[in-house]
This record gives sequence, C-alpha cells and structure tokens, in this order.
Amino acid sequence: MSAEGMIYLDANATEPLRPRARAAMLAALEVGGNPSSVHGPGRAARKLLEEARDKVAAALGAKPAGVVFCSGATEADALAVAALGKGRVVLAGATEHDAVRAAAPQALVVPVTADGRFDPLMLDAMLSVTPPALLCLMAANNETGARHDIAMAARICRARGALLHVDAVQEAGRGLPRDWLGLGADSVAVSGHKMGGPMGAGALVLRAGLDIEALQKGGGQESGRRGGTQALPAIAGMAAALDDSEGYETARIAALRDEMERFCEGLGAVVAGQGAPRLANTLSLILPGVKAQSQLIMLDMAGIAVSAGSACSSGKVARSHVLDAMGFGEGAGQGIRVSLPWNVEARAVARFCAAYEAMARRALRGRAD
Amino acid sequence: MRVVVAMSGGVDSSVVAGLMAREGHEVIGVTLQLYDQGAASGRKGACCAGQDIRDAKGVADRLGIAHYVVDSEARFEKSVVAAFADSYAGGQTPVPCIACNQHLKFGDLLEMARELGADAMATGHYVRRTEGPDGAEMHVAVDPARDQSWFLFATTRAQLEFCRFPLGGYASKAEVRAVAAEMGLVVAEKADSQDICFVSSGSYAGIVGKYRPEALMAGEVVDEAGLVLGTHQGIARYTIGQAKRLPDRAANMVVKRIDPVANRIVVGPRGAAGMRLMLRDVNWLTSPREMEAEVKLRARDTLHAARIVPDGAGAVLELAEPALAAPGQAAVFYEGTRVLGGGFIL
Repeated sequence: MSAEGMIYLDANATEPLRPRARAAMLAALEVGGNPSSVHGPGRAARKLLEEARDKVAAALGAKPAGVVFCSGATEADALAVAALGKGRVVLAGATEHDAVRAAAPQALVVPVTADGRFDPLMLDAMLSVTPPALLCLMAANNETGARHDIAMAARICRARGALLHVDAVQEAGRGLPRDWLGLGADSVAVSGHKMGGPMGAGALVLRAGLDIEALQKGGGQESGRRGGTQALPAIAGMAAALDDSEGYETARIAALRDEMERFCEGLGAVVAGQGAPRLANTLSLILPGVKAQSQLIMLDMAGIAVSAGSACSSGKVARSHVLDAMGFGEGAGQGIRVSLPWNVEARAVARFCAAYEAMARRALRGRAD
Repeated sequence: MRVVVAMSGGVDSSVVAGLMAREGHEVIGVTLQLYDQGAASGRKGACCAGQDIRDAKGVADRLGIAHYVVDSEARFEKSVVAAFADSYAGGQTPVPCIACNQHLKFGDLLEMARELGADAMATGHYVRRTEGPDGAEMHVAVDPARDQSWFLFATTRAQLEFCRFPLGGYASKAEVRAVAAEMGLVVAEKADSQDICFVSSGSYAGIVGKYRPEALMAGEVVDEAGLVLGTHQGIARYTIGQAKRLPDRAANMVVKRIDPVANRIVVGPRGAAGMRLMLRDVNWLTSPREMEAEVKLRARDTLHAARIVPDGAGAVLELAEPALAAPGQAAVFYEGTRVLGGGFIL
C-alpha cells in the first residue's frame, strides 16, 4: 500500500501541516538572519520571532515574556521538570506521556480512575503528606483523548502549595483557545507538530512572574532560559498553527469519530476513556483477545494508518501504560488508537470501518479455530 | 503469495527476504524483539532496539517491503531465558535455540503470520523442506557445515507445511553473502552471530544465577561410590561428560551425573557411556513407529546407529554403540538426509 493511498488516522502522532503554518514557514525561510544578530537581517529575523512569541502568548493566555521556545514538547517537559521540580517532590499522573515519565523517573504516580482521569482525593492526600511538590499533568491523553480537570488540579495544588505543570500537547491548537495558566497552572508545554505545525519547535509557557534556569545555557537565547539559535521557520509555523486553532472543526471531527466508535463497538470493541470528557478526534479501541500489534499490521496492510500504545523508536509495540493504569489488564496489550487529523475526510469513516471489520473478523475467527 | 519473513537483521534472513521479494511475493518482514538491548548493554538510556533491528529495517527499506517489530520480550524471557536457567538448576544442559525456535519463531510468529493471512512463513535457517508423498519433509542442508536441522527437530508437521527455508539448498555461506552483495544489502559482510544470543561475554553462569541463584551454590564433587573428592562452585557450571573444573583428586575423570537435590556432581572414569536413552517430548516428522535410524545427540555430533521405540509422548533410544549424552540436549533422528523427528534426553 503506497503512502498516497493510505487513510491517515494517526494525528496524535503528528498532525498534517496546516496551510497557514506552511505559508508562515515559507515566509520565514526567506528571512536569512539570526535573531540574535544586531544587523538588519538579524532584526528582521527577530521581528518574526517576536511576532511568533506574541501569537503563542496570546493563544495560551501568557505574557510574551513567559514564552520559552525550544525544540519540542519533550524538551519543554524536561525543562519544566528540571527547573520547577528543583527542591520539590515531583508527582505525575499515571497516564502521562514518556516525555514526562522519562524526565521524572522518580516521580510519585497519581492514580487515575477507570475513565482515565486523575483521582482528586488521592491527589489531595498525596500532596498533603509531601513537602513542596510539582505536579505534572497532561491536559488530554494522547492515547484515549481523556481530558483531566485542570481547574480542579490547580485548585488542589494551590491549596497544598504545589506547582502545576500542564503538558497540553494534544489539546493546544485544537479548537477554542484554552487558558490553563488562567486556571492556575504554572507552566504549559506545547508542541508544533501536534497542532499542524512542523516538527522541531515547541514551547514552555510560564505564568507571569515565574522564572526558570536553563538546562542548556549556550548563548543565552530566550532570555537565558534556553540557549541555542531558535529554529525560526519551525517556530513561525507553530505560531501560525496555534493562531489558527479556531479553524479546527471540532464538531465535524467529533461526529466522524463518533460514527467510527459506534460501528466498532458493534463489533465488540471496548472504548477506553468513554466516560470522560474527551478530545474530539481520539478513539481508543480495545479488541479483546487480539494483540495490538496484529491489529496495527492488518490495518496497515489495508491502508489504514493508526497506532498503539507508546511505540518505541524501534517500532516495537509495547503494552500501553495508559490502558494499564486505567485497569484494562490484558486489554492493555490489545488496544489501538485512532486519531483523526484536522483535515480528515468523511470517506475515511467508511474506509476505516470496512478495514476494521475485516481485521476483527479475521482475527477473531483465527482465535475460534 | 503473501509471505512473512522472520528477519533477524543478519545476512541469512535478509537474503531470504530479498529472494522472496525477487520471486514476486508480497513480503512482510517481521523482527522479533527478544530483549531490551538498552538494558542488556547496560547503557543507560540506550534504545531498546539493537543494531540488528536497525539492520533489518534498513534491509526492508532497501528491498521496499513492509517491516514490523514485534515485542517478544516477555515471552522470550519466560520460555527461553528462565527455562534455560531452570534446566541448568535441574542438572541438565539446555539448548535455548531449540526453545526459541519452538516457542517464538515457529510458535508465536507463525501464528501471527497465519493471523495476517500469509500463505507461508520463510526463515533463514539452513535446512531443506521438500514435498513428500505424505506432506512436507525436512532434510539436512546441502552445506553440512551450516546444517541447522538438529535445532529444528521440534517443528511440527503442520508448522513445516507452512514454512519455507530458501537457504537450505545453498552450497555455502559465501554463496549467500554473494547474493546479499548483489542485492546491495548493507549486511552482506556482517559477522555471523555467535553462540547463545542473550549471553554476552560468553559466560552463561551470570544468567543462571540471576534466575536460579542456588544453581551457583558450592557443593560436593563425589565419585560413584559417594566418596567426596572435592568441591564445586555450582552445578550450573557442569555438563555430563565434562572434564574441566573438576578437583585434582578427580583428574582423568568426567562428570557422570548431576544431582540438583543434593547439589552434587558425580564423577567417574571416562568411557563406559550409556547404550539406552529415554527421551521426552518427542516430535515426529513421520508417522511414529519403531525404527532403525541414525541419531545425533549434540549440535556438532557424528551420527550414531540406534533403534527408536516410541513410548507415549516420549521414546526409548537403544544405541548400537555407547555414546555420551547429556540430559536436556536433543536426540534427533535421521534417515539419510531426512529428519524423522527427535526428542529431549531425560
């Protein structure tokens, strides 16, 4: 199956480039200078960089000075954990992305309930016995789309004197601007390519008045908080994508997702995170008794691009720690993630459903033999 | 047809993938990830995938075929590594490659190939499969130096029907490497894999000790009358017939028996090997029957004439001449080039 004939339903791995992001990148490529240079081309580059900073700040409810550009959300999360977690006990939700889990391997794990949302009583109890803490919590989960109640987490953290870092990678740029800092978060991580911008740019956005120490100091870029020349075209693309978040057709995408969901449930699939408020585009399907790996391969052969669990760079599909944390047991090795891109076409539904049905029937028949 | 190729990242299975693609089949390359390479190398933060997986991916890209990595770590640890340690702790000498073929390559992977709607699974093993009057037959490879039939005896007849072994007919490894070079595969000059893949540094005692520490506990070396001749540093370090690592008072003697319960190594004079062997878990690649055949009792062994008598799920082997046999090793039956079956020595 050629890549052209594929139905792409793996937006949570990376969103297709949005036209406004592409245009912004092409324009940025025409500017030759380094934003740190003092001459004319440098000024032109810096102007573009600061325009991007303004857009990101506006979209995320921050002051421009609170925006630290970096290479992506993995770096943004690592920076937040290192800088804000200094001298604090780090807590992390049980379903956090590896970007956080690997940055804070010693973190105390805040359990989630069966629908994938953090347990507020448990969080409060944990914070009540820990010295000053940093809580890392994702806005929405990359596998199930389940959204945490960030406002509630922020209230609990404030009452217990804890800082809150929100990994907003999957939710930023998708639909209405969301103001996590306004809800009480101390920092927010976003990634360019998860919202229709290019790979290679991300940002850590800090609440007003909060300053951090750099992990890599270099030439003191980003007000000394992240050294290294900024990837201007990628940053411009990310800012344009974030600025375009109202162009994201939440209702249309949710309707297509719901159609797939009903169909697959009819075939015996279990939907993870169904009880929680969810991202419009994400569908986590467990097909009991069928390994996630086999499902992925069969769907790939049928021209459907989806994913499962957290794929290692080898491409190995491991059990999903997210589904494990939600208590799915064996099902944690039998789930796939369908995530609709911003430009998903209606015909994708029929193609996906036909392929899923053929896959499920073949796999389940094999099991009955 | 649709063919799943088990790709290890080595030259042999890479050539198999290339041959299948060249014949016009729809080829799906699959690499089993058997252990976390990052953890195995002890390098913090290293990728879980080793160079072999990267090589397999590179070959698949070069050939333009689909390629997937399957997580078999848990299965490998339980069915191969832990079983290997258990076997040593039980006083036996295991063959982990047979367990891996049995449970992973011709077990899980083959089942997956069926699930994917494949018509066959091809591997880079040096063994031949021919169509006989009663279905598929297994025969030794053309190149005797490369023949792997001893390691494949546990392949069932149903599995054999589904499998293809394109390299069994090649006259030499050099010929296979030449094909790899001609296909432009980066692995053409890659060194052959050595010994047991999950044992680095050549010492398996560490692995055994991790799972079964008691197998590395010191104990007594005794003669067949029970007289203590010295001590040993763990029964896992011994195998039947071994003369190394015995105390001075046991010079010129060899290991006759390993007693895991008493943690004792029993030694005796060389020679006087047994004539009669009991086998367990016998796999027949022909209809089970009492027969005269030749048997191989170790990977690199000569053939011994024997009478084979089926006995339930096992068999009794009556050797024409005494031969050294270690419990846990395989006894594989041959008739000319054909493999008739085999079992594990009790």
